[in-house]
Amino acid sequence: MKRLIVTLLLAATAVATSGCATLMTMIGKGPTKPAASEFGLGPRTGSLYTATLEPAQPLRKRKLQTVQVRIVDASGKPVDDAAITIDGGMPQHGHGLPTRPRVTRNLGAGVYEIEGVRFSMGGWWEFKLAISAPAGSDRVTFNLAL
Amino acid sequence: MPSRFTTAWLVAASVYVLAACSAVRADRWTPAQLDELRGLWLGSLEPLPPDPTNRFADDPRAAALGRSLFFDPRLSANGRVSCATCHQPELGFQDGVPLGRGAGTTARRTMPVAGSAYSPFLFWDGRKDSLWAQALGPLESPVEHGGTRDLYAGLVAQQYRPDYEQVFGPLPALGDRAAITQVFVNIGKAIAAYERRVRHKPSRFDAYVEALVTTGRERRDVMTEDEIAGARLFIGKGNCTQCHNGPLFTNQEFHNTGVPAAASLPLDRGRAAGTHGVAADEFNCRSRWSDAGGKCAELDYMVKSGHELERAFKVPSLRDVAERAPYMHAGQLATLAGVLAHYNRAPAAPAGHTELKPLRLNQRELLQLEAFLRTLSGGTTDR
Repeated sequence: MKRLIVTLLLAATAVATSGCATLMTMIGKGPTKPAASEFGLGPRTGSLYTATLEPAQPLRKRKLQTVQVRIVDASGKPVDDAAITIDGGMPQHGHGLPTRPRVTRNLGAGVYEIEGVRFSMGGWWEFKLAISAPAGSDRVTFNLAL
Repeated sequence: MPSRFTTAWLVAASVYVLAACSAVRADRWTPAQLDELRGLWLGSLEPLPPDPTNRFADDPRAAALGRSLFFDPRLSANGRVSCATCHQPELGFQDGVPLGRGAGTTARRTMPVAGSAYSPFLFWDGRKDSLWAQALGPLESPVEHGGTRDLYAGLVAQQYRPDYEQVFGPLPALGDRAAITQVFVNIGKAIAAYERRVRHKPSRFDAYVEALVTTGRERRDVMTEDEIAGARLFIGKGNCTQCHNGPLFTNQEFHNTGVPAAASLPLDRGRAAGTHGVAADEFNCRSRWSDAGGKCAELDYMVKSGHELERAFKVPSLRDVAERAPYMHAGQLATLAGVLAHYNRAPAAPAGHTELKPLRLNQRELLQLEAFLRTLSGGTTDR
């Protein structure tokens, strides 16, 4: 009798747990969100360069904002003469950035100013930099949680 | 043989897991959900953003003049159409019909005014980039006010000269087109100063969230079980906050949601045409009539082309949405239930590509979502 009760309880627990897990899975969808450690303003390293985002204020939803990016090479030396293009979007929703941000100023010491950045909703955003400099071309992707 | 202790432990574990699950489904909010709710609360709305294109935007005398102009039907060719003909304060500054009716019938649904000062681009297709430039459009539209800038400048000279001069300085001689256009522009800037003051009042939903985020207490007296369940669907399975986020329930962007074409109207390309409209607009942020001094970031970084703009329309606020049938850019859908059925079904778009995917909500969930939307009615005020 006792064994039966234990078996039933184990079964109930298993069903409840898997139900919960299903419910949790249904909340996320599409591409898998990276681990929390993969999120943030950097430093993020590509194959040649390391980039760090330095927003003047914490990133906010729906606001047009300006973000600086600092780029160094493998030896930690600032990359001063890079051409940078910006792309990105929300992998789970299949849409790109709502604006066309671009580098408006090279501030020297490997720091560049990116204007026109907007995130139109909360959630996981990819912010991708294509960096082209004399040492070669590279791509660095940031995962941002808005 | 498991001990009595093990059995007790298993009982406790089962109860805990079942309770945790039912809490997800029923009436507890997770920290992430609380953040979502706080983000939708009117209490988290930021102060009005400045309008650098209009240096009179926050001048109370300009707003008083703008209010008079807004309600004055003499600002029309037939003397019978004012801004308030379509933007009726008693109806939340809209008109309750599928297509706006002024001197004739427009091709679009009248948009409400409250909160529009937070929007970088105006109209369903975003073809204007300031409230004052927006206000000037209908004045010269043959199917709306139907008049000309000459007529309006003349009316200001005859009827509003002291009020005008108090705000804008001496009225120029209306001899040339530049002088006439300057007065016309200032009419728009005064109306915009008034429209900036039209705002949403808190709704039952706001009362519910305010108590939740300030005292941690759940006010069951302001929202029913079904409405709360609807709020959970809104921020969860319904995917509604993908576009309808923030305290105004809009991301201020443009999306193609596969809305059916309006019968008897030519196919409307929405934002795909609107980006060209605003870039070429005589009264945009970069124009000589703007006070922005060429600082026009919204225009500079605007997405100007791409398939996602085809038949994309402005995401409207959902505040007071239940008081605002019919729905969509040409009033194609008559009821809230019809709108929810559309989102649930996610039909193909008549042009471009819909961003929707079928939601597969059941009838009860659709009713709960609709019940939730009805908690967003708080009315508007211009005081």
